Amino acid sequence: MIPVNYFLILSIILFVLGTIAFFVKRDLITQFMSIEIMFNAANLAFLAFAKSAGSLDGQIIVFFVITVAAAEAVVGLAIILLIFQKKKTIKSEDIKLMKG
Amino acid sequence: MTDYFWLIPLIPALSTLILVLFGQKLPKKYVSFQACFAIFASFAISVISFIGLLQTSHEHLPIIKNLFSWIHAGSFHADLALQLDPLSSIMTLVVTGVGFLIHVYSVGYMADDEGYTRYFTYLNLFTFAMLILVMGSNLVVMFVGWEGVGLCSYLLIGFWFDKHSAANAGKKAFIVNRIGDAAFLLGIFFIFINIGSGEFSVINAAIGGGAITHSLATLIAILLFVGAIGKSAQIPLYIWLPDAMEGPTPVSALIHAATMVTAGVYMVARMNVLFTFSGSANSIVAIIGAVTAVFAATMALTQNDIKRVLAYSTISQIGYMFIGCGVGAYAAGMFHLYTHAFFKSLLFLAAGSVMHALSGELNMQKMGGLRKYLPFTYPTFLIGAIAIAGIPFLSGFFSKDAILTSAYANGQYFVWALGIFGAVLTAFYMFRLIFLTFFGNERLEPEAKKHLHESPPAMTIPLVLLAFFSIVAGYVGLPVVAGKNLNFFGRFLEPVIQQAHEVHLSLGTEWMLILISVAVAVTGIFIAWVFYIKNPKIPHNFVAKFPGLYKLLYNKYYVDEIYNTLFVNSTIKGSEIAYDHFDLKVIDGIVNGSAKTTNFLGKVLSYFQTGFIKDYALIFLLGAILLIGYLLF
Repeated sequence: MIPVNYFLILSIILFVLGTIAFFVKRDLITQFMSIEIMFNAANLAFLAFAKSAGSLDGQIIVFFVITVAAAEAVVGLAIILLIFQKKKTIKSEDIKLMKG
Repeated sequence: MTDYFWLIPLIPALSTLILVLFGQKLPKKYVSFQACFAIFASFAISVISFIGLLQTSHEHLPIIKNLFSWIHAGSFHADLALQLDPLSSIMTLVVTGVGFLIHVYSVGYMADDEGYTRYFTYLNLFTFAMLILVMGSNLVVMFVGWEGVGLCSYLLIGFWFDKHSAANAGKKAFIVNRIGDAAFLLGIFFIFINIGSGEFSVINAAIGGGAITHSLATLIAILLFVGAIGKSAQIPLYIWLPDAMEGPTPVSALIHAATMVTAGVYMVARMNVLFTFSGSANSIVAIIGAVTAVFAATMALTQNDIKRVLAYSTISQIGYMFIGCGVGAYAAGMFHLYTHAFFKSLLFLAAGSVMHALSGELNMQKMGGLRKYLPFTYPTFLIGAIAIAGIPFLSGFFSKDAILTSAYANGQYFVWALGIFGAVLTAFYMFRLIFLTFFGNERLEPEAKKHLHESPPAMTIPLVLLAFFSIVAGYVGLPVVAGKNLNFFGRFLEPVIQQAHEVHLSLGTEWMLILISVAVAVTGIFIAWVFYIKNPKIPHNFVAKFPGLYKLLYNKYYVDEIYNTLFVNSTIKGSEIAYDHFDLKVIDGIVNGSAKTTNFLGKVLSYFQTGFIKDYALIFLLGAILLIGYLLF
């Protein structure tokens, strides 16, 4: 049996990669994808803990997260589509409508 | 026969209510009829109650009608209760009797005024408040009436409120009265703290039982008397009364001569047990009264406005009433109140009639020779003047003489001397008024002369009736020299008024005192005759000789100016300083400061709102790291 630490280390690596990608990449689609990676890093951590603790709670949460992530992907992609229609760009630097 | 006495104040109250609710829709004729009839009904019940009171034995006094328990909070208790005793009975007779005649007079006087309904509403309301004042069986109810008459006085002084001076005079009266009322209220509080009740009978019994010390009694009495000073226009709070002449003349007659301004005297007489117990408070009352009597009379000497002369005369005469109370002769003070109500309202109404005849002219220098044009006004005015001057066999003589004799008998020679001096001045200024108005050359404006006419019967009939009473009213209180026990007035008041140690003078001294007061009255009239009929140049020479003195009197000792500088301007200045430094800096500073702080914080925080999604994410990340770090370590 693979120790839980291995899963966690992988989860951290995935999460950090996702975070770095979010800050380094400039177009919204890629940033969106890096967010998805972070989600899945978290999912992995949940599953690892669930497995080691022998409880189903973590697995149930993962199902919820996947469902919500699917819904979020729909909304997020729709927003990105609309932004592109309006501004003819998906570069996140060009979008600063919310400046205070 | 005294069963229904509690209706006396309620009838005018009901009439007021109807006029307030429906007055604007009712025809003028009905309004005046109802207003007059309400007062007449009150008067009729007053007379019936008075007769009933004469047949009631002293043990059953006062007759109290408890309408309902009004305030009941902890140990504080006050009923809305009315009482009938000799003192309140006399006051109700005066208020409703004189009040009725003045209502009738007003029908003629105010006939063309647009505020006709409003006028009669106020007048009825005033009568109601005044009756509550005199019939309240405790200090709380009395205070309600006290404030009620103050309010009506304000409303009626400022009746022609579109006239700037009238509006200002109303305000002045209200504010000056407030000073006295504050002290009066403090006095009531002291009584409630120390005696625990405002009922007059309880207070009198408690003082008799030694519930309060002499010094406390003096403090309370002085506080109450300050209230009386405000309401009754004595030094130093008299300044509002001359200005109150801005109101309609019947109002001056009813409120500012016959009834409301004498409320202070009534209150002192009502609290006579307290004042007598204190002793030193009584001396203060006598001194203030005597000084006011002379001081106000000197100011009346030089005034040219016919109503202002009468106003100063009222202040002076109320001073006499206070002399009576102050020397312990409360009955004499009340007697003067009662006779004064007749002749002073007569004088005011007659002055109103003169004004009416001259299309509103008030300046006596523009009158003269009117006696042949005003066949009713002239003789009635003359009767009023003779009565107030203190010529024998008219009412004013008996009452003024009773006061001065009591002052002398109690050894207050200084007060007596001031009273005598005031009597000379009174005779002089009243006959100066008569001679300037009705005798001498006609100095009328041509415009006024064209419209010159005697007043309608609604105005002359009350004049004649009041003149009749000014003559006969005094015969209920004859002096000792006329025979023993002829002072019905004094004996009637005995159940209410504690008899102080009365000093009896020998008959010879009594005669001497009467002769002196008659002599000074005649002297005053004679001097006026020399000055204004025989040799009209004398006043001018006099003014030329003593310009300083004349100016001082003509400007009323500059008291208004002094008060303006000392109190009014300093208050205004103080307010301005408070406005500049406190309002603008502190209050506005706090308000604007909070807005500015919010604005500043918003600006600082808005630096974080760059609009770039990565910045938000970075802050979010840092926050998450900090939070995790905090949880871990």
